[in-house]
Amino acid sequence: MRYTNKKPAIGKLLLSIILLVIAFIMLIPFVWMLSASLKYDKDVFTVPIQWIPQKPRWQNYTEIWEKIPLLQFVLNTSKLTLIVTVLQLLTSSFAAYAFSKLDFKYKSVLFMAYISTIAVPWQVYMVPQFMMMRSLGLNDTHLAIILLQAFSAFGVFMMRQFYQGIPDSLCEAARIDGMNEYRIYASIMLPLSKPALSTLVIFTFVSTWNDFLGPSIYLTTQSKKTIQIGLRMFIGQYSSDYGLIMAASVISLIPVLIVFMALQRYFVEGIAATGIKG
Amino acid sequence: MRNNKKSPERKRKTKRNLIAYSFIAPNFIGFAIFTLGPILFAFVLAFMSWDGNNPIHFVGLGNFMKLGEDSRFKVAFINTIIYCAVTVPLTLSAALVLAIVLNQKIIGRNFFRTISFFPYVASLVAVAAVWNMIFSPGAGIVNVALSHMGVAKENLPGWAADAKWAMITVILFSVWKSMGYYMVIYLAGLQGIPGELYESSGLDGANTWQKFRFITWPQLRPTTFFVVIILVINSFKVYDQVYMITQGGPGTSTLVMVYHIYQTAFVTSTNYGYASAISMVLFAMVLFVTLIQFKGEKNYENA
Repeated sequence: MRYTNKKPAIGKLLLSIILLVIAFIMLIPFVWMLSASLKYDKDVFTVPIQWIPQKPRWQNYTEIWEKIPLLQFVLNTSKLTLIVTVLQLLTSSFAAYAFSKLDFKYKSVLFMAYISTIAVPWQVYMVPQFMMMRSLGLNDTHLAIILLQAFSAFGVFMMRQFYQGIPDSLCEAARIDGMNEYRIYASIMLPLSKPALSTLVIFTFVSTWNDFLGPSIYLTTQSKKTIQIGLRMFIGQYSSDYGLIMAASVISLIPVLIVFMALQRYFVEGIAATGIKG
Repeated sequence: MRNNKKSPERKRKTKRNLIAYSFIAPNFIGFAIFTLGPILFAFVLAFMSWDGNNPIHFVGLGNFMKLGEDSRFKVAFINTIIYCAVTVPLTLSAALVLAIVLNQKIIGRNFFRTISFFPYVASLVAVAAVWNMIFSPGAGIVNVALSHMGVAKENLPGWAADAKWAMITVILFSVWKSMGYYMVIYLAGLQGIPGELYESSGLDGANTWQKFRFITWPQLRPTTFFVVIILVINSFKVYDQVYMITQGGPGTSTLVMVYHIYQTAFVTSTNYGYASAISMVLFAMVLFVTLIQFKGEKNYENA
């Protein structure tokens, strides 16, 4: 009995301390970023740190658009992300329906082709893929980035796993009612797969928006660059414009933050479901 | 006669196949051309010599023989292993602690989960820029804090600028960036542990540590196994973090495999065949781990 009284108090204190440390480690970089984005360059590294700048320099957020074609970068990235996400969603849920609910010749061979490539990291074939794109005249085009991101085996695999959980009898009943397969996909499967689709949206959105190596191999013309390589180039050129760099960084985080906040419930569920199944 | 009798059945089958292929085709055509093709090409290219302009020609195992003499490859290989060996246990324990703490009924649980997860989705270039400033050897807050704690100026770590500390800087960044992701996987694992196990052990007088040691940890074994596999594979593929924090330097202190592949193909040379041979080593490493995973998963299914 002595223990039961003492333990929760110590446990709670320990828990609070751990929580504080977590919040500190996780948030400090972002708070620092926000704070520095409103400072003059000379004030960024002053000690003691001014977390809230006395004279916030809001101009950082206006100047950055003139200093580099940030708007162009944002538009390019948005375009790529939107197209890749839509293509990925449509084609992989479509293919996954066949793999999960239809019976056809070469089904297992085709599915094996998908599965076996999941184990091959993109870094292993990025060089031949680039050679192929170049021979098709697609280097330095947005189309190349779209084509290499939009048809992932991962999307098909993930959607199929989800469809496996939907009872076949649902489709059978619809078939008896005279629905064709396209109708079943559109009016039964799609509405049921909202959680899986949302997870796939976030995965695709985040990985396309944040992709660095892909665009840095393919895109060389300044006006075609994405936000990640554009921002990186800016950091390379003006490495001591701390305030501007941080302002640009904050801007680059906003779209991801919005999508993440809107869909985070699905994200956590999705990782849990697909993660554990592997 | 036989053909005629079977033909309606066959027709139906053909139609069924065609419908299925129409579902698969939009994805599969793109997948076959832009993923499957290049993967097969990578295996061929590893045995070729090609700079993209002159005719491609077969060199047999020549590229692989060259690996043995390439000192940069050796360094990259060892650095990748070191990166993996330190990142995996660090990330794993951080993620596990996060998951256990954020699985308790605490105020603001969702807020803490969200902020722990956010670095994983945050733009790498942006967070790496902050990281570089925070860990700036001269005036970054980390070193300022360390010197306040009494670390002498000459003993302050040089972080990304110091060959001794560069790898540690990259590793700390990676752990910070990705632990939220593995936390989510662990959270799912924790929620799969039956509550009765804790209740009955509570009646038996088990303390928190004993509960962790004899219930949580063994019950999480499949999750831990999965997390280790994914962590190891991701460590082998590391590139972005290294590029943002240290550019492989100082010297070759943070040169990793993918960095070496990228440089061989696109920066210091256009030796595509040799770059593919290095890729094959990377592939062999990942394949090895994947095979362990298959074996392990079978064991857990049987258990």
